Order: sequence, then C-alpha cells, then structure tokens
Amino acid sequence: MGIDSLFRAVQRRLGLQRMGWLFVTPNLLVFSVFCFLPIAINVIYATSGGVNLMPLQRPFTGLENFQILFECQNYADLSTCRKDVFWRAIWNTLTFSVLQVGLMVLFALITALVLNRKIVGRGFWRGVFFYPVLLSPVVVALIWKWLLQRQGVLNAGLVGLGWEPVEWLTQSGTAFFWTIFVSIWAHMGFYTLILLAGLQAIPRDLYEAAALDRAKPWRVLTRITLPLLMPNLIVVLVLAAIRAVQIFDEVFVLTGGGPGSATTFIVQFIYQTGFAEQIHLYGLAAAASLALAFCLMLLTLVQLRISRAGQNESRGE
Amino acid sequence: MRILDFLLRTRGRQRLDWTDYLSYGYLLLGLFTLFAPVVWLIMSSFKTEAALAQFPPSFLPYAQSTVTVTGFDKPLPLFEVTLEDGRRQTLAQVNRVGIMATMVDPQSPDERLRVNIAQRKPVESVAFAWSNYTDLFQKFTFGTYLWNSVFITVVATLLTLLINSMAAFGLSKYRFSGQRGVLLLILSTLMIPPTIILVPMFLVINEIGLLNSLWGVILPAIATPTGVFLLRQYMLTIPDELLEAARMDHASEWRIYWRIVLPLSAPALAVLAIFSVMWRWNDFLLPLIVLSRNEQFTLQLALNAFQGELNTQWHYLLAMTVITLLPVTIVFAFLQRHITTGIAGAGVK
Amino acid sequence: MNRPTFPTLLIAAGFSWLGLSAQAGEIRVMCYQDGIECEVTAELAKRFEAQNPGTKVVVDTVPYKTILEQLPVQLAAGQGPDIARVTDLGGLSKYYLDISKDLKNRKTLDEPFAATAAWLAPTPGDKGIYGFMSQLTMTGPFVNKTLFEQAKVAMPGPKATWDEWAEATRKVARATQTKAAMAWDRSGHRFAGPAISFGAKLFDAKGDPVIDAGYQNSVNKFVAWHKDGTMMREVWAGSGGSTYASSIDEFINGNVVMVLAGSWQIGNLQKKVGQNFDWVAVPNPCGPAACSGIPGGAAWVALKTSKSPKETAAFLEFMASEPAYAEFTARTNNIPAHAGLAKKGVNYTQADAASKAALGVFGSGVAQLAPVAYRFQGYKFNRAIMLPTVTRVTQAIVGEMSPEDAVQKINADMQDAIKQAQK
Repeated sequence: MGIDSLFRAVQRRLGLQRMGWLFVTPNLLVFSVFCFLPIAINVIYATSGGVNLMPLQRPFTGLENFQILFECQNYADLSTCRKDVFWRAIWNTLTFSVLQVGLMVLFALITALVLNRKIVGRGFWRGVFFYPVLLSPVVVALIWKWLLQRQGVLNAGLVGLGWEPVEWLTQSGTAFFWTIFVSIWAHMGFYTLILLAGLQAIPRDLYEAAALDRAKPWRVLTRITLPLLMPNLIVVLVLAAIRAVQIFDEVFVLTGGGPGSATTFIVQFIYQTGFAEQIHLYGLAAAASLALAFCLMLLTLVQLRISRAGQNESRGE
Repeated sequence: MRILDFLLRTRGRQRLDWTDYLSYGYLLLGLFTLFAPVVWLIMSSFKTEAALAQFPPSFLPYAQSTVTVTGFDKPLPLFEVTLEDGRRQTLAQVNRVGIMATMVDPQSPDERLRVNIAQRKPVESVAFAWSNYTDLFQKFTFGTYLWNSVFITVVATLLTLLINSMAAFGLSKYRFSGQRGVLLLILSTLMIPPTIILVPMFLVINEIGLLNSLWGVILPAIATPTGVFLLRQYMLTIPDELLEAARMDHASEWRIYWRIVLPLSAPALAVLAIFSVMWRWNDFLLPLIVLSRNEQFTLQLALNAFQGELNTQWHYLLAMTVITLLPVTIVFAFLQRHITTGIAGAGVK
Repeated sequence: MNRPTFPTLLIAAGFSWLGLSAQAGEIRVMCYQDGIECEVTAELAKRFEAQNPGTKVVVDTVPYKTILEQLPVQLAAGQGPDIARVTDLGGLSKYYLDISKDLKNRKTLDEPFAATAAWLAPTPGDKGIYGFMSQLTMTGPFVNKTLFEQAKVAMPGPKATWDEWAEATRKVARATQTKAAMAWDRSGHRFAGPAISFGAKLFDAKGDPVIDAGYQNSVNKFVAWHKDGTMMREVWAGSGGSTYASSIDEFINGNVVMVLAGSWQIGNLQKKVGQNFDWVAVPNPCGPAACSGIPGGAAWVALKTSKSPKETAAFLEFMASEPAYAEFTARTNNIPAHAGLAKKGVNYTQADAASKAALGVFGSGVAQLAPVAYRFQGYKFNRAIMLPTVTRVTQAIVGEMSPEDAVQKINADMQDAIKQAQK
C-alpha cells in the first residue's frame, strides 16, 4: 500500500493532470543524465584542446578543433585536407549510405512483393528473411570475415570454377562492396517486414477492380501498389538512411576501417580519434560528433516532416 | 486432387505461372544467401585447427586419423604416403626433422622408413571436434560471459518496460502544460544515438562510478524514444472511460497505471520487450567502452576481444560465434510468428 | 499489493556486480601475455600471498589491445589497477606511482634495473622508482627453416641486407607455394628498426623528432614490397587506423616464410609451432646505415590509481628479486632486464633447442643495436611517430596516396600529436 498512498499524497499537491509529470520523470531523468549531459560535455570537448580526459582540465581553444577538421587546401582533392581521414570518412559514409539504402530498400521491396503473393508457407519465408536481423553485428561480421578470407569458402568456390582467389577484404574496392553487402544482408529483413505489412494493408478490392479491367501487372504495380505504399516506403528510406549514416559495429569487426581508410566511416573515425589512438584527441572526436549530430538532426526533421505530411494526407482523404 | 489444387494455387489461375517460378526461385535464392553462411559457420565450428587451415575447405569436418601402434605410448597420426617406387601405403608418423619424416607401418612397427614430407598426405575421416566447444568452457570463463549477457538483457528489458510505459502513460492519459515540450524532448533523443556521445558518456558513467559495472551498460539504455512512442500510440487507444471509472472508485493513479493500463497494453509491451531483448543482447558499442574487465564482458565483447587476440585461432572463434548466436536462434525458432507480426504491426503505425 | 520478489532478487544479485573494487589488502594486477607470462605471474603471486598472509593478489589477464587502448582511458578517468604490464612506457608515465618510500630495500630495484630506469621516468633525471622491466626485448626476424630446406634455397648469412632476404624469401615462397615471403608486425615500433637501418636519423640536432630522407627510403621500400607481392598484404592492409596487428600467427600457420617480430614471441613459438616445422631467429638484416632492431619490453609499473601502495610496493619488490625474476625469465623464455641475471646467465629449463638458439641470436644482437634505437625507445612521445606511420603507410600500400604524400602526412600528424600532447 506504500506506493498508493505516496501517489495519493503527490496528487493532492499536484492535481490530477500534472500527475503526468510523475510518470514521465524517470524517463526524463535517464535521458538527462545519459543523453543531454553528454551532449553538453561534448560541446566543452569540442571547444578545448589537449589530451586530457577531464573536461575542466582542458585548455579552452574556441573553434580550433572545427578549424582543424574542416581545413582543406583544395576541397576537390581530399588528400590536401589536414584531417584527410575525416573527409574520407564523410565521403565514404555518403557513398555508403546512398548505395546501401538504395539497394537494400530495393531488395526489401522486391522481397515484400514476392512475399505478398499467394505462396506456400509465407510465415516460414518471412522468418527466413528476418533471421539475420536478430544476429548481433559482431556475429554477422565474423561470419562474413570468415567466409571472405583468402582461404575462405568463397574463394574455394572461385578456385573450383577455375578462377584466381581474390583478396576480398584487403583491397579497397572489394572491401567497400562487402561492407555494403554484409549490412544489406543483416538488415534487409526488418524493412521487408514493414513493407510487407504496408502491402497487406492495401485493400484487396482495388486489385480485384484492376483484374476486372484486365490491367497489366506492371500497371497494377506502378499505378496502385507503389503509390499506396509510398508513405511506408519513404519512412523506410529515411529510417534506413539514419541507420546507414551511423554504421559502425559490423564494419568495425569486419575490416576495422581498413584497408587504409577505405571502409572508415564517420563513427569509426570518431571512435578512432577519441578512443583507439593512443594519443587521444578528444576535442577532435567531439567536434566530429557534433558535426554528425547536426546531419542526423536534419535527417530526422526530414523524416518527421514527411511522415506528418503523410498522416495529413491520409487524414484528408 | 484437393492437395494438388492447394499446392498449385496461384493468382487465380490453374497452372503455375512463370511469375510463380520466378517467385519461388527468388525465395530459394534468398534462403540460400541468408542461411548458407550460418550453416557453413556451424559446420566449420566442428573442424580442427588443421582442417580449418586447409584450402579448399571441405563441407564436413574432417580430422586426421590416428592409430595406436605397439611400442609407442601416444597415438600416431596417419598419412597416405607415395613411396619411391610409386606405391601408396598408409603409414604412421613417429616424428619429423627438417623435411624428412620418420614413419612406421602400423602392422610392422619395427621397420622405420624415412619419407620426404612432400610425399605424404594426411588420412582423414569425418570427425566432429567437440573439443572446440568444451575447451572454450574450460579455457575461457564462458559461464561468466553468458551470465553477464543474460543479466544485462533481462534487467534492462524489465526496466525499459517499466519506465517507458510510465512515460507513455504520462504522455497519453494526462494533459499538462509542457507536455508537448516533453514529447519533443524525448523525440530529439532519436537524433542523438550513443555513437556520437561516446567520450562524454564514458566520462559521465565513470563519474557516477558505474564504470566496469553491468549497471553502467543497463542504465543508459533503458530510456528509449522508440519505446515511449510505441507505447504511447497504443495507450491512446485505451478508452478514457476505464480510467474515469477507476478514479470514481478512489483508485490511486499508480493503481490505475499498474492494474488497468499496463495489462491492457500487453501487445505493445510484448513488441517492445522483443525489441529490447534484441537490442540489449546485441549491444556492442556501449559495453565496449564501459566494460574492460574480463569478468564483466558480455558474449559480444568476449567475441570481439578474442577476435582481435586469437586472430587466427578460428576454431575457437567459430565455436564461440555459434554459441553467441544460439540463444537468439532458439528464441526465434519458437517465437517467430509473434516477432514478425509484432514488428510488422509496429512498423505500420 | 504483492511484493514482487523476483525482480528484487535480481537487483540484489546485480548489486554484487557493482564494480569489483579492490578491498583493502587486495591488489589487482592487469597483465597481458605473448606466451605464458601472466600464468607464471599468477603462480608467483600465489607464492607471494603465502609469504605475506593478509595480502591478496588478483592477476587479470587481458588482451594486449586492452592495455593499448583501454587502460590509458581508464587511467585518465581515475580508474585502474594497482599494477599493470605496459609497453607505452613514456606515454603512461604521468600515471606511475613512486613506490621508493614503500620499498623495504630500494636497492632491489635500483641496481639491477639502472640501465632501463630512464625509460620509466616521467621527467628526465627523476630519481623515483615506478616499476621495472619485466623483460628486455629486441625486434628481429624469425624464419621458417623447413621451408628454406624444402625449396633448396640457402639462407642468407648474418650480414645480409634486407634486399637479399627479400630475394631469398621470394624464391622460397614461390617454390613452396607459401602465401607470402615476408610480413612485418603492423607496428610503428617494428618499422623503426629497418627505418634506422635504411638511414633514418629519427632525431635532429636539437633532439626533436624528424622524418627525413632515410625514413622516406624505408617507406618506399616497404610499399614497393607490397606491390610486388613480397609482403603479406593482410597484416598491414587488413586493418584501419593505427590498430596493432601481429604477424606471428601467420608465421605459426606456415603462411609466411619470414616475419619481423621480436624476442618476446620465443615462448609463444615454442608452444604453438612445436614439431610442425623448424624455425630460427636471424640477426636483423642490414640496410645502408645499420643492421639494427629496436630494444624494448614490457614493464611492471605501479599506478597512481592504486589504493594499496604498500602491498603494491611489496609485490613489485618480490617480483624484482633475483629468484622470482629468474624463474619468470626462465619459464617465459625472455631476455632478462635484470643486470645481475644477464651477467650470470639464465638457465632456460623450459626452452627447447630452437628457443635456446633464438635467445642466443637475440642476445648477441644487442650489440648491433644503433644508439638512436635506444633513444627512440626512451623518447616520451615516440607514439607520435609510430602511430601515424602505421596509418599513413597503410594508406600508401592500398593506393590511397603516394609514399611521398604518406611521409608528408606522417610528419604533419606527428607535429600535431606532439603539440596536443604537450598542451
């Protein structure tokens, strides 16, 4: 009975509606301590220099860290930048995000379309595609690192076909390809499910009407299915984009950011600068983090705007 | 005929359309691409270190056969040897010096033959190297890693369900000034994933004194914006009349939350629980910076640490990987239907 | 209302995990090993506990990466063990604890370790005692003798150059279909030895670090060897940033003919290679300027985060005493840093013939070390040279930039890092 009387006592002071605060407080407390506070500290790090961990012992340097990060003699040639690995990381992240999201959503859409048909054992197939989502990034990366070794099974297959084994993970181009492939492999199932649910929400009578009109399948797809799926599709695209920009875990284990900086993405750069390098440049890491946070904020606002527009649309119908 | 009809049912037609062939082909390709690596992993985890180093690798695990020969206390490895006159013979190797191996015929162990190591090929048979797994439990404190992962997952999920449902309740069933602001605040944390506040997060956790403690991994993770929104959406659909009725019966707000709203939100709670279990079991980055003592490692951290340390001791690494993905797989096998429908439902909202 | 007992139990159980802080009289030792160093230390610790009832010594064996990457961050945050086995002697020196006042007899650590005391001193000329070298190591190559015999190629002699070794190992690799001819550990420390041999001066007249033409020469050679397939690509190109990667496992698996590692791997090789093939240590190959490796080693250091300085000092004194040190050195097949033992000679009871021979080769190689190698090892900010080297040379290897650009960037990174470290 303790909790009840406590709540009643608080209600006497706050009134009914403001009891909401009481319920919201634990959540807010955790957010404040582990989210907002670190961001504030990040700003202190970003505006200070030296290698000290304790923010108050660091000398104030203003915007010097941002200056170092963004200093480039010639923006067209990345290697003239002072922190060329940072710029490479940005470029890699952009390329990766565009390619990975595009391909993954495409395959997710195709899979959802296939699963939407009358097939035997749909539940089973759904589970098949969703399974890799449950595997941890470390497990996923280790499996593929193992497969792609010079003496791994993939090369064994190539040799069996008469070709030469390829150094998949120590050549820049192929390593980059495989980071895209592995992350699609691991995450596609999640978005497939969302798109599938969206497909199944499309009323059957629309399809039946189209069948009566003897409409060609391609027209059905482009005139009925895709437009009605569009809100879901856009949500999926933005969600996938936000996640793609933050890619770290799988790549960290798969290539460690290598070879060279071919698969170094922005979060890996932050981790390397702030944690892994033995001369810790916390200021730079913080500055890069703030830059990334800014981009993510933009992306999330875009997502909100779009989903709100979508909601308004469906409400307006 | 009924069965045949059922099997061949297509989009309204009586025969299998080419699109159906394509569909099933695609599904089978998906099955292969998604499952073959895992199957390969499991098969390879039973191979000995020597077998793993072989190229091209075999599907089934093979191990070199050994034979006990009279006059020698330890069993000797068997090789198939091509002798100088071209004959092939199965011999047991006593030892090797330089590029010459001393071998004996298991049948007549008194006669010793000198064979160039290039002339011999190991004799192998299918053998599952269970030692990869048993050694792991002996060498590495596996039980500890497993316990740490389980503890973190269970406790974090319970706490997540509790405080997220409380927050969702507060945001859906009450109207107070500043409510909008709170909602936006929680939303804004979606834009700030832990990946970019690594160092300050480490500092904060350290100053609180939760470094190298499992709670240092649990507490930061229990407030999830996704969870709050998910539950809020669901709670909005709970009729206010139920609450009004309870209030007229003099129930305290806590009672209303605990006894009425929470049980009614069970489906949404289940989905959040599934998400939370998935997230916490696979957590990597935060544990990486918070836990650095061996006895606090989770399975994922241990896997990563050994991946770097035992760079090429793949036989242990593979076995450990299989063990790490086993719990998730088992849960999935049983709850697959609930998981997929739940997530699909959540996604649509 | 029902009291839920299960969650309470869970939480209670969880609190027992709340930080395994050392109790009074307990000291934690963070140890990494290449062979069995930590296992031997744990046994010695038990003996120490028996001699000193009331003191408990817990030896934590962690991966080398933890010592490199996580220990410094922990120490910066004011957390950490009482004693650690570290290799970044200069970089971590600001966290060392002076135990000279807590030692029973200063001489136990002062005299035998006088030669290497400067490596541990936070400031030059410091007279405090912060720990001692657990081993003296030297970088140098290991060669797979069996592969040479199989290929019927003669091994180059003691004064052979790097080019001659590259040529010979290439022949052997081709003949025996080995993956690669040579591999160097992915480490700026390893790279420095050949760099000095190729003419790098590392320090200018004022004593500041400098990246000169000799260094450029060594980078060019190293990149070229990757291009023509002599060097195993996976070691340097398999990682990003400056993360450490050892090449010894590839050597143990018979995938490479010759590796540039160091004497600390002798125990490891004895344990893992066994009878699979014959391996030998060879003297450091020569370049135009020298035939040098780099000295070094891991040191036991007392840390400021220790809550039991007296017990810490006592344990370190025990480990530094001649009987304990002799046993440690003999069982781990290391070269002793203890001057008395080095003169007397160590009876390597556990070493097989190959290990004994290798220890001999490294021992006599000490005379070949260039003076600048010692200076390099003792330089407080040598990390500022070593880490960018790894990052930038890897980038040159994979083709992201030319070797000349790489060297320029190494210089720039080094200057940046030193400036930040001095702030």
